[in-house]
Amino acid sequence: MNVITDTLAWLTDANHWTGPAGIPTRLAEHLALSAVSIAVAIALAIPIGIYIGHTGRYARLVVNSANLWRALPSLALIGIVLPFTSAIDPQLGFKVYPTLVAMVVLAVPPVLVNTQAGIAGVDRDLVEAARAMGMRERQVVRQVELPLALPALVAGIRSGAVQVVATATLGAIFGSGGLGRYLVEGVAQRDDGMTWSGVVLVAALALSVEGGFVVLQRVMKK
Amino acid sequence: MIDWAWVGDHLDDLAWRILQHFTLAAIAVGLGFAVSLALSIWVLRRPRLRAAVVTASGVLYTIPSLALFAALVPVTGLSLVTAEVPLVLYTLLIFMRNILAGLDAVPPDVLEAADAMGYSSGTRLALVELPLALPLVIGGIRLASVSTIGLVTVSGILGDRFGGLGFFIFEGYRHTFMTEILFGALPSIALAIAVDVALVAVQRRLTPWAAQQVPEGMRPAAAS
Repeated sequence: MNVITDTLAWLTDANHWTGPAGIPTRLAEHLALSAVSIAVAIALAIPIGIYIGHTGRYARLVVNSANLWRALPSLALIGIVLPFTSAIDPQLGFKVYPTLVAMVVLAVPPVLVNTQAGIAGVDRDLVEAARAMGMRERQVVRQVELPLALPALVAGIRSGAVQVVATATLGAIFGSGGLGRYLVEGVAQRDDGMTWSGVVLVAALALSVEGGFVVLQRVMKK
Repeated sequence: MIDWAWVGDHLDDLAWRILQHFTLAAIAVGLGFAVSLALSIWVLRRPRLRAAVVTASGVLYTIPSLALFAALVPVTGLSLVTAEVPLVLYTLLIFMRNILAGLDAVPPDVLEAADAMGYSSGTRLALVELPLALPLVIGGIRLASVSTIGLVTVSGILGDRFGGLGFFIFEGYRHTFMTEILFGALPSIALAIAVDVALVAVQRRLTPWAAQQVPEGMRPAAAS
């Protein structure tokens, strides 16, 4: 098929591997956006998840709203954020911040819900035993609950990370760079080689993030 | 910040984009449901095949929507097929998970009773297993509908003829016109909520005996 040779030609063209629109730059943009937003989401969601998981306070409220939150459509969310961020900063607020904000917003719920469930799911007898041994609440959290809840935390970060990589792709529609650029430009210019190269690169990135977490989870089980 | 005069002038466009949005989503949910039901019944008593099919739908679900919409452009152009195939594929994971979980949850005693009454496996499936799986199946329809309504906006990458309400988001961005971006984004979320509320009512009516909540773990995040 013609498209396949076009794609191979596009991917092996040395020009597509250098410069501001080259694959390394686009990949770096994609990864940077994703890493920043998952890091912010973790910093926000894990402490809150630990708090509500440990104390049981507001658990239903937070989990129910997080589940509703999860259904938020990403493209519309970027659209809603955009007028506000671009009012604050006409440059970056028009191109990068909307996607970044949407990515954080979408990555918080899975991390939060899994952290809460992981902590709350720790056997209450173990927690009581730790208290009986004279551990303080802080020690109970750090030495008993967190280690036992770790697999759940990683599962939450995994679904957050997959979501974030996908949303970073959408950001290309709004000029935030990343590998999605090849999809947007390829379709607009009917450049089939570029389009499919974009598909291959974006799918490979999403699947390797997912695959990386699968491996991490297997290693942790041992 | 909002240009209300422009909004007033474009209510006709809004109505037709809502209709387009709804139609694109309804076709995908309908087709996706039919395909998932057939696949679920086919793999139900074939554990290896079942694992393979569920894994494949999970892999598809992981691929960002923009890539799936773009993937078919070189093959089927900027057509309805290009818009619908990704939407259908994304529903498969949600539907199959819920249909299979619903069928798995049918108590073995009930199955034995049906067998003892002389039901063939097809009759048993239609008259006993599927009705008992209904609450989870409807839960799947809710999730798939909300998720698909969100994804329809992304089909705007295929040009002005697609995208439903997403058209306004794309065009508003091109013109740096915030009113138009919100004109697409807010109604698309409202549409998802409205459809979900309507389906909850259907769910109550069809399965009044069942708990309303979809069990935890049956709620994958919406695809993006």
